[in-house]
Amino acid sequence: MANGDPMGTTRRNVLRAGAALGVLLLVRPAGATPAAMADAIEAFTKGAPVNPGKVELVLPALVENGNSVPLGVNVAHWMQPGDFVRTIAVFNEKNPQPNVATFHLTPRSGRASVSTRIRLGDSQKIVAIAQLSDGSFWSDEAEVIVTLPACAES
Amino acid sequence: MARTLINVPATAKRGEVVEIKALISHPMETGFRPASDGALIPRDIIRRFACTYNGEEVFSVDLFPAITANPFLTFTTVANESGEIALSWTDDQGKTQTETVTITVE
Repeated sequence: MANGDPMGTTRRNVLRAGAALGVLLLVRPAGATPAAMADAIEAFTKGAPVNPGKVELVLPALVENGNSVPLGVNVAHWMQPGDFVRTIAVFNEKNPQPNVATFHLTPRSGRASVSTRIRLGDSQKIVAIAQLSDGSFWSDEAEVIVTLPACAES
Repeated sequence: MARTLINVPATAKRGEVVEIKALISHPMETGFRPASDGALIPRDIIRRFACTYNGEEVFSVDLFPAITANPFLTFTTVANESGEIALSWTDDQGKTQTETVTITVE
């Protein structure tokens, strides 16, 4: 019966192939970070592992004008001498340069909370990485959809 | 001298975390934008911002062309004594503009 029924085997094979494809598609995005951003992050962390968490990247999900996008970064960590957030670096995937800004904080900052306005040349992923005084790295990322990119002539 | 807008509370309680807002008027020319004749407009950006509190550096930023024209920054610092908060912006030519505000700590 099993060998004689082409429908059963075909359906099973199709499902198997579909599941395999799904796994492939799921695995893809993790490695799809454009090389320039990966290099810039590598230069910042010097190969140290980056943990997700602690960092909160505040960005609108959808912006109309890429020329001015409000960006905020908050790190849930205290600022005491000897145990504080040393650096917050922000990276992008598709602007001409991968760096956005690097903030240097001290225990005198009181709170690890900064904000500015950035340009976005395309819809893309933004990554914020915080380095604590103990040398560990924490990150958060956000996808932003831009209707009118910064580099388009208006 | 470029125009600046600085917002620092005039008075604060000792140990209070105060928010500082700073804006400077600057085109932040990226160096990636063509002029009407097709040639690229040379890069001209504010490269570094620093804040000192009574001479001690409490906060600084490395800026890149991805920061908007008229760069606007907000950050915090602990008000521990009365004195001067100095904000300085340095551009690609190495020219630095410094503005100071006084804060009174009760």
